[in-house]
Amino acid sequence: MACKLREFVQRVRACKTAAEEREVIAKESAAIRTAFKDDNPKRHRNLLKLMFMHMLGYPTHFGQMECVKLIAGNSFPEKKIGYLGFMLLLDEKQELLMLVTNSIKNDFNNANQFIVGVALCAFANLCSAEMASDLAAEVSKLLQHSNPYVRKKAALCCVKIVRKVPDFGESLLRPAITLLSDKHHGVLISAIKLCIVLCQTNSTLLEQMRKETSNLVEILKNLLTSEYRAEYDCSGISDPLLQIEILRLLRLLGKADADSSDIMSDVLAQVMTNTDARKVPGSAILYECVQTVVHIEATKGLRVLAINVLGHFLSNNDNNIRYVALNMLVKIVALDLQAIQRHRSIVMECLKDADLSIKKRALDLVYALATEDNVKALTKELLEFLMNSSRDLKQDLTMKICSVIQKFASSKLWYIQNMIHLISEAGEFVKSDSLYMLIVIISNTPKLHGYTVRLLYNMVGKWKNQESFALIAIWCIGEYGEMLVNHAGELEIEDPMTITEHEVLDTLEDIAAKSKESINIRVFLLVALLKLSSRYDTCTERIKDMIENYKHSSTLEVQQRAVEFSAIILKYSSIRKVLADRIPALNETVYESKRADGAVAALGPTVRVASPPLFSENHITAPTICTKLSSTDSVNLLDLSIDKEASGQTLDGFSMLQDLLNMDTRSSSKSSPYTGISDIDKNFTEDSKEHPSTSFGNEQFLEMYSAQGPMFPSIVALQTNRLKVLFNFSKPTNNPEITMIHATYLNCSSDLCTDLMLQAAVPKFLLLKLDPASGNILLPNANGTITQCLTVTNTLHGQKPLMMRIRVTCKVNGQEIVEQAQVENFPSGV
Amino acid sequence: MIHFVILISRQGKVRLTKWYSPYTQKERQKVIRELSGLILTRGPKLCNFVEWRGLKVVYKRYASLYFCMSIDPEDNELECLEIIHHFVEILDRYFGNVCELDLIFNFHKAYYILDEVLLAGELQETSKKSVARVIAAQDTMVENAKEQANSLTNIIAQATK
Repeated sequence: MACKLREFVQRVRACKTAAEEREVIAKESAAIRTAFKDDNPKRHRNLLKLMFMHMLGYPTHFGQMECVKLIAGNSFPEKKIGYLGFMLLLDEKQELLMLVTNSIKNDFNNANQFIVGVALCAFANLCSAEMASDLAAEVSKLLQHSNPYVRKKAALCCVKIVRKVPDFGESLLRPAITLLSDKHHGVLISAIKLCIVLCQTNSTLLEQMRKETSNLVEILKNLLTSEYRAEYDCSGISDPLLQIEILRLLRLLGKADADSSDIMSDVLAQVMTNTDARKVPGSAILYECVQTVVHIEATKGLRVLAINVLGHFLSNNDNNIRYVALNMLVKIVALDLQAIQRHRSIVMECLKDADLSIKKRALDLVYALATEDNVKALTKELLEFLMNSSRDLKQDLTMKICSVIQKFASSKLWYIQNMIHLISEAGEFVKSDSLYMLIVIISNTPKLHGYTVRLLYNMVGKWKNQESFALIAIWCIGEYGEMLVNHAGELEIEDPMTITEHEVLDTLEDIAAKSKESINIRVFLLVALLKLSSRYDTCTERIKDMIENYKHSSTLEVQQRAVEFSAIILKYSSIRKVLADRIPALNETVYESKRADGAVAALGPTVRVASPPLFSENHITAPTICTKLSSTDSVNLLDLSIDKEASGQTLDGFSMLQDLLNMDTRSSSKSSPYTGISDIDKNFTEDSKEHPSTSFGNEQFLEMYSAQGPMFPSIVALQTNRLKVLFNFSKPTNNPEITMIHATYLNCSSDLCTDLMLQAAVPKFLLLKLDPASGNILLPNANGTITQCLTVTNTLHGQKPLMMRIRVTCKVNGQEIVEQAQVENFPSGV
Repeated sequence: MIHFVILISRQGKVRLTKWYSPYTQKERQKVIRELSGLILTRGPKLCNFVEWRGLKVVYKRYASLYFCMSIDPEDNELECLEIIHHFVEILDRYFGNVCELDLIFNFHKAYYILDEVLLAGELQETSKKSVARVIAAQDTMVENAKEQANSLTNIIAQATK
């Protein structure tokens, strides 16, 4: 029944399907289980088969006890397989571990070095904190064993013990230092590792270890100058792995200690100048040495030498070597910026590497290397690089460029130029607050309005389907469109050009045609057209036609604007000029504070640079007010009220820009679970924060605006298939804060409604008084009404509009019916 | 330190695993699954380091086998590559031009060799020759023990005839 290991492996490998393999394994498992029961002498062979199954991922827990039995056996082959099985099939969390502690202890004292060795190996692999405490004394005794094979293993077991129970460190210091004078390389490297762990866990041990610095330097020097020994030679370098370990220990000893740093600096320089970097072992030594130099109190010369080593790494053909060099340079960039700057051109080359992880690291480094002096050249190079970069890198790259531009911008002209180029190239990756920032800066720089709009106009011809770029271009053309035509504010660097009004409109049409899906672009376009209608006198008709086209848009927002705007152009040309006037300069300080708030809220994985207010030297205060309308609310349509509490940064996309044009693409009806009056009240306050502007009925507000009287149209506050509630408004002439609402209830269904009752909730700035209703029974089919009077006092009249949530309860056929609605469409001015 | 060593074939079959940090059996399966997905799909021209769950995984492909070792982020990646190479050279010397099949049929031998190269996640021997020596010595011990056992059973068999 039982077969040899080799046969078993062959059989498993011959299986063609997973099911077949499972069957073979199941059969063999069963056989092994029975074999284990009758104390078969082939136990170790069976165990090896189990290990093979385990490697394939099959359950083998029933073999664990067998391992324990084998370990307790006498012969070397049994022990060896027992320990191997134990290490493979168990992890150090299992309780079975307790059972072998004693066997391991006995094997430590075996006369055979290999049995001691295999026991030490199992100990190192599986030792738990408990086991470490139990056997620490035995293991440290083995550090003085006559056989180096045992000594080196014991030293590494001590490493494990100290990692598990750091308290043992103190007692291990002396033996560890003694081992440092061992001639056997295996023992030496293990001893150094033990010293490293001791230094890392305990600072007093580190102090005592410092006395060994010169000793270690001596060992390293001997390695460098020793004659050729084939056993330790590795492509012409004498025992590179040992050298690396010594350098690592020296790093700990020299850190924050001038004396020991001084002792080791000669040998470090020697390593850096004499090691051949062409092969991996040499580079590994150099890399370790550079790390040591960077961490100790090295002289400036030594540091420059180290950075130059990394510079050489960058031009190496091996990806791995370039990778570590970049990684290291990013870490030490603060240490010696000047020395690293010298290698900037090579770093830029690494950006073009085929390997993404190298590119990313190079980018990090380039970003870290940006200073005020090199920012212009650097940004130019990065922008060029952006055009050809792959998509996976673009996002990171765009954010970095954006951050560099914002951080180091020395003039507004440079800032605007570069931001616009960046957005035209990769606008989708530019954060919305950066876009908003750009708009704020543009609007605050009257001297550059003309230049900016002409630059955008020229670039929009080569538009690369970046929505945010189109939005900024359209916005600027809308605001500063006349400067395209009349050459206002022309700078010396510009080529004079002649653009006609019709050409501008052609361009806008072109963008609209290219971006069929984007609602944002459409909405921005409509606003721009309205603005241009008052500035381009020769094309009023054409603009009117363009707006008319959108009257049949299937998107509500677009259609509504088109209808409103064409009404403004047709019927209200007297106020058109005022409505379409340029917006006042956006307030930078408000924006800055908003950005600071956002930065706190958005403390994500990306590092935010602390940003001082941009261009504070020529900060423009006192925005010019251009609105002359008496009713503040009616400006809402084109309002740019940035003092709203809406935090655009919490929303993705173009919420900032949408803010600018007060565009509300969210649906106006909101349903939130009704939990109680106080909750409603809270909701209201929150709602009013994020949603202070209201959408009006199409032309309603315009009518109102021209009427200028205290008459208000009635609204439908609630309409369901059962109930309808109408609100009529009146205002006492002496106090504008008070609004009387006359509510009328209608029953549209064919069932009788009884016990009708209204509840209403308002935000805190409103005071509400409910008069008793005229009755509580509503006849079916709208045969009869109930009226009720509500008195609302708006303590923030003129600042905040009215809003209310109402709930109507009634009984129909003995069943209670609840209807509720949020009333937001109050006429302006109430 | 090295947290684990995994050998996977190009088809994603595990050929050797060694864990120096505590991972439960379940976690081990997960690690292997994740890493083979990550490493086997990497292009040939990319660098041999992968950042993974706060650790660095250094891998190198020899013929159809990927040798992966995971190290701490502050460790020397090039050194780890050298350790992998060191291990491969020792395997090569022992098996004589080692191939994947050698490691499948003699997986326990591969473990024995690894245990002579690494201990507790640290390198213990930089000399290939001395590793070869102790492995050979142990092999002889096993052979002797076997012979002895065989002769013993022979004696018993003859005695009971």
